[in-house]
Amino acid sequence: MSGPNTDFDPVEVAAVSPAELEAARDAALAAIAAAPDLEALKAVRSEHAGDRSPLALANREIGALPPQARKEAGQRIGQARGAVNQALAARQAVLEVENEARILVEEAVDVTLPTDRDPVGARHPLTTGAELIADIFVAMGWEVAEGPVIEAEWLNFDALNLGPDHPARTMQDTFWTAPADNHLVLRTHTSPVQARTMLARGVTDEAPIYVVCPGRVFRTDEYDATHSPMFHQVEGLAIDKDISMAHLKGTLDHFAAQMFGDGITTRFRPSYFPFTEPSAEVDLICFVCRGVDSDACRTCRGEGWIEWGGCGIVNPRVLQACGIDSSKYSGFAFGMGIDRTLMFRHGLEDLRTLFEGDVRFTTAFGSEL
Amino acid sequence: MKAPVSWIREYVDLPGDVTTEILTDRLTALGLKLEGIHAAGADIQGPLVIGRVLTRDPEPQKNGKVINWCTVDVGAANGSGEPQGIVCGAHNFEPGDLVVVVLPGGVLPGGFAISERKTYGHLSAGMICSAAELGLSDDHDGIIVLPADAGAPGDDAFDLLGLGEEVIEFEINPDRAYALSLRGVAREAALGFGLPFTDPAERVVPEVDGKAYPVLIEDPAGCPVFTTRVVTGFDPAAASPDFIKRRLEQYGMRSISLAVDVSNYVMVELGQPTHCYDRDKLAGPIRARRAQAAEKITTLDDVVRELTVDDLVIADDNGPIGIAGVMGGADTEISDTTTAIVIEAAHFDPTTVFRAQKRHKLPSEASKRFERGVDPLLPAAAADRVVELLVEYGGATAEPGFTLVGTAPERPTIQVATDLPARLSGIDISAMTTVEHLRAIGAVVTEHGVDTIEVTGPSWRPDINEPYDLVEEVVRIVGYDQVPSVLPRRATGRGLTRTQRLRRQVGRALAGAGCVEVVSFPFVGEATFDKLGLPADDPLRSTVALANPISSEEPGYTTTLLPGLLDAAGRNIGRGSSSVALFETGTVAFPSDNGPAPIYGVHAGPSEAELEKLLEALPVQPQHLAVVLAGERTRSGWWGAGVEAGWSDALAVVRRLADEIGVSVEVSAAARMPWHPGRCALITIDEVEIGHAGELHPSVCKAFGLPARSAALEVDLDALMAAAPDVTPGPKFSTMPVAKEDVALVVEETVTVAEVEAALRAGAGELLESVRLFDVYTGEQIGAGHKSLAFALRFRAPDRTLTEAETSAARTAAVAAAGERTGAVQR
Ligand SMILES: [Zn+2]
Repeated sequence: MSGPNTDFDPVEVAAVSPAELEAARDAALAAIAAAPDLEALKAVRSEHAGDRSPLALANREIGALPPQARKEAGQRIGQARGAVNQALAARQAVLEVENEARILVEEAVDVTLPTDRDPVGARHPLTTGAELIADIFVAMGWEVAEGPVIEAEWLNFDALNLGPDHPARTMQDTFWTAPADNHLVLRTHTSPVQARTMLARGVTDEAPIYVVCPGRVFRTDEYDATHSPMFHQVEGLAIDKDISMAHLKGTLDHFAAQMFGDGITTRFRPSYFPFTEPSAEVDLICFVCRGVDSDACRTCRGEGWIEWGGCGIVNPRVLQACGIDSSKYSGFAFGMGIDRTLMFRHGLEDLRTLFEGDVRFTTAFGSEL
Repeated sequence: MKAPVSWIREYVDLPGDVTTEILTDRLTALGLKLEGIHAAGADIQGPLVIGRVLTRDPEPQKNGKVINWCTVDVGAANGSGEPQGIVCGAHNFEPGDLVVVVLPGGVLPGGFAISERKTYGHLSAGMICSAAELGLSDDHDGIIVLPADAGAPGDDAFDLLGLGEEVIEFEINPDRAYALSLRGVAREAALGFGLPFTDPAERVVPEVDGKAYPVLIEDPAGCPVFTTRVVTGFDPAAASPDFIKRRLEQYGMRSISLAVDVSNYVMVELGQPTHCYDRDKLAGPIRARRAQAAEKITTLDDVVRELTVDDLVIADDNGPIGIAGVMGGADTEISDTTTAIVIEAAHFDPTTVFRAQKRHKLPSEASKRFERGVDPLLPAAAADRVVELLVEYGGATAEPGFTLVGTAPERPTIQVATDLPARLSGIDISAMTTVEHLRAIGAVVTEHGVDTIEVTGPSWRPDINEPYDLVEEVVRIVGYDQVPSVLPRRATGRGLTRTQRLRRQVGRALAGAGCVEVVSFPFVGEATFDKLGLPADDPLRSTVALANPISSEEPGYTTTLLPGLLDAAGRNIGRGSSSVALFETGTVAFPSDNGPAPIYGVHAGPSEAELEKLLEALPVQPQHLAVVLAGERTRSGWWGAGVEAGWSDALAVVRRLADEIGVSVEVSAAARMPWHPGRCALITIDEVEIGHAGELHPSVCKAFGLPARSAALEVDLDALMAAAPDVTPGPKFSTMPVAKEDVALVVEETVTVAEVEAALRAGAGELLESVRLFDVYTGEQIGAGHKSLAFALRFRAPDRTLTEAETSAARTAAVAAAGERTGAVQR
C-alpha cells in the first residue's frame, strides 16, 4: 500500500489518458533511439525517465486515483515505463560499445615512431668468440684454463722446448720487460698456460688433462690490416694414456664442425713447432665454397682450404720439463688465432677494426656471434 | 727457398706426367710447404731472338740524352734477313755483341706490345732487351749482352734465357735445414715419388793429405771440421756462365763475380756455404778460434765490427779474416786481381753461429744454414765442386792437395719401439713399413730385440735425435692424410669455474646496461698518465716497463684501463657519435719487487718451492673493469628530453654489477684523478678499496675529447668477483601487510645520505624492511647550509600485522637515532 499522498488531492485528479501515455512513451522511445551518444542519452534519460518526466509524474498520480482506476492505470504506466527503461538500457549498451570503439580508434598511435630511449650495449666479438670456443670444448668435457699475460720467460719458452738458442725463438718477436734479465716477457702464445696446467695439476690415470686456453698474446709485429702487436689465441691440450694424432684430428674436426657448420673438416700438413713432435699445420675446408669451384671464392682465395693453426703430439721434452712422465702419458696440443678465426668466419677485412672500439663495429654483433 | 723445377729434375728422374702442381702437392704433403710458383717471363710472346749488333751510332738529343741508332742482324727471324733498325737507349754494348731482340708483334711482361714506331727520327723496328724488361731481374743497368757462343742471330732466345721456367718457392721449417738446397729438395722429391735420387754431393774427392792451405782448429766444439782447397791461375775477369747467373737469379741472388757466384751456386746446390780467400792476402795458417776481447774485423759489407770472446772467428797471422759461418772479412776478399784462391768449406756449431749472427745483427745465407744445421760430411764435396767450377769457368788450375782437419760429429743412435709410429699417429703402420720409411730417409736401421729397432739418422738430418722425431718421419711418408678422426675417450671436466661464469655475467650485465665492450692495447707512457692528470707521485705511474716497446712514447704495460677506454670513447665522439657508453675488462699490471724470474732446467719439472718462487716474480696482474659514459645516458626524442650521463650513472653501474653477482659494495666520497674532486666515489667491499667511480675531471674530458661531465669507473674485477658468494643463500621475507611511513629530515649540507640512512636503519630496529631516499630539497624554507632529505620507510613483521603504535614507535626511534647521530631535525 502506498502512503498518503500529501501533494495531490485525489478527488481532483483524473487518470492519465491512454493516448497521452502512449504519446509520452513514444516520444521517449523516439528520443532514446535518436540519442547519438552517451551524453545525449543522459539528457534523454533525465527528460523522459527522470523525476520530472511525464511518465514519472503520471506514476506519481496513480495513488490519487480512485481505487478502481489504480490497478488499470498502474498497469499501463508500468508497461510504458518498463519499455522506456529497457530501451534506455539497450541504447546505453550500444552507445557504450560504440564509445569504447571510438576511444580505441582515437588513441591509435604511429607505431613506427622510434623507441631508442635507452642505449644499446654489446659484447666484443673477441669475448663472445672465445666463449663460443670454450663452450664447444666444455661440452666435450674439457675445462678452460687461464694464465697471466706477463709471463716468466721459462714458462713461455724453455719449458716448451724453446731453449735460449732455439732458432724458433727468433720466429717469435717477443716483447721483453726491462731489464731483460728479469726474464719476463709478454707471452708470445697461450702455450705457457699448457705448462702451467701440467705443473699445477700433474696427470694421473684418474685425472687426465683436457684443457682449452683462450687468451691475449703479444708479438712485436707492425700494426696493419692483418697484423697486430696484440692478438688472441686459443690453445688446446690433452694429456692422457694412449693419446694419438687420431684424437687430435677427431677433436679438431669436431671443433671445426661446431664452429663452421656440419661437414667442415680439417687436414694436416707436416710442419715444425718446438713444443710438438710430430707437428702439423691444420687447414680447414673452406666453409663458404667447401672446396668446390673455389676459384672465385674470396674467403679461401681459391685454395679450397683455409690455414687455421698449428698442432701436434706434445714433445716429450715438454712433458718432461713440466714434470709429466712421458713414458706413461702422451698428449696433443693445438693453437689457433681467435682474431683470425673471426676474420674469416665473419668476413672482416681489417684486423684493426677489432681494436678501434668503434661502437658501430661491436654493436653489429650484439652479444652473440 | 726457391728451386727451379729443371734443377730438381737433374737429380731425380720425375716422369713427364708429374706436373709442377703434382710435385708441389707431394712436397707440401711431406713438409716442404709451397709458398708460390714463379715463372719469370712466362707471359712473354715472341719473336724473341738472338741478334748480333752490326752498327751502333750514338746520336745526342736536345734533352741531353744520347740514343744509339743500331742495325742488328736477326738472321731470318724478321722474314727478310735484312738488318733490323732499332733505337736503343743503353750503352753497355758494342758492334759484334750478341744481344736479345724482341721483334714487332712480340709482347713483353705487363702486356707491353712491340711494334714498329717512329722515334728520335728513325723507324725503330723492335727492342734490344734488358733483364728487367724481360722480368728476369731488377737489373736495369743496360741490356743483356750474351756470351759469344750463345748461338747464332735469329735463334730463339726463350730457352737460352730460361724464360717461363718454373721456380718453386718453399717455406722451409727450421728443422729441415737440408731442404735449403737443391740436394735436399730433390731428395724429398725422390722420396715422395719413390724414385732413385742422384746425390750431387756424391763425388770422388782427392785423398786428404793436408797439403792444401794449412789449417789449425783451436776450438773443435765451435768448428768440428775445416777443409781447404787451392786453385791458382784464376782469371779474375772471367764471367760467370749463364746457367749460374740464371739459377742464382732464380734463387733470388745477384751475380757478382765468378768466384762469389760459384761459392753461392754450390751453397744453393748442396747446402754447404763455402768461402773464397785471396791466397796472396793470407798470412800464415788459417785458424778457427774464439776472438779475443775487443778484436776487430771489417766484414765484406765494409762494416768494422768489434768481436767478443764468444765469437768464433777464422783468423790468420794478421787477425780475424771472417766471423765463422756468418760473413767473411774484407781484407782477404777476392778482388779483380786475385789469381790464387783458397777455398774454405767447414762445419760450424749451430748455436755459435746463431749467437754471432744475433750479436752482430748479421743474418746471412750462410748463417741461415749453419744455425739450423748443415750436413757435417759435406765440406769435402762442396770444396771439390767449387774447385771444379773455378777450373771450368775461371781458367784456374786445381792445385794438388786437400786439407781436412777435425771429425764430423756423430749422429746419435736411437732405440725406438717399432709400434711407436702407429701408437702416436693412430694409423695402422706395420713394423716393416716403419723400417722401410726410415731407410728411405737415409737412416741406418738395425733390429734390436723383437719390437725395438736401433736407428741412426743420416748426416744431413741433425734434427733427428729422439724416438718422436722418427715418428714424424714415418708418418709424413705414410701421409698425414691417413690419420683417422677419432674423439678422445674420456674428458670429465667440471665445467666453467665460478669466476669464469661470473665474468661472463658481468659482461652480459654491462651490455644489458647499454654499454659496448671494447678491446684496447695496454701500452702506456708518461704522456698517457699526464692526460689522466695523475700527480707525479701517483702509484699508477709505476708500470712494468718493456725493453722493446712498439713506441718509445709508450714503454709501459698499463696500470689502468681508463686511457684505452677514454681514447676509444673520444674516437667514437670524433667519428660523429654524440653519446657513447663503453666498457672494457682486461689485465693491468703492477711491478713486483721479488727479483728476476728464475730460469730452470728442462729435464724435470721444477719443485713446488721453485715453481712458487717463479710465480712470485711475476708482476701482480689483476683483471680490471672500466666503464665510461659520455653524453646522453637516456636519449632525448619525441617522448621528451633525455638524461645526460653523470656521476650517479657511473655509481649505478657499479651497484648494478654488484647486485648481479650478489656482492654488496660501500660507497664513500673520495678525491682522485682522473675524477672530479667533488664527484668521485671510493668503492669498497668490507672497507677494502676495489675502485672508484664518478664524474671525470673537466680537464680529463677535454684532454680525451669527451663531452663535459662524462662519467667513468674502474674497479678491480677480480676483487669484486672474489666477494661473490659461492652459494647464494635463499632470501626470507614476510607476507604480512606492510606499514609505510615517510619522514623528512633536515640536516647540514655536509651530512651524507649514507650516514642518515644508516642512522635510520639503526634506530628503526628489526621491524624496518627498507629505507629509500626519494627526495632531496634545498631552499629558503630549509635555510642556508642545510638540506631536507625525504625517506620512505617500510615496516613489516614476520608474523603479524603491525599495530599503529608499533609502527609509530619504530618511526620515532628511527628519527631519534638520525637526530642523535647526524643532527637531523624532523621537518
Ligand atoms: Zn672458399
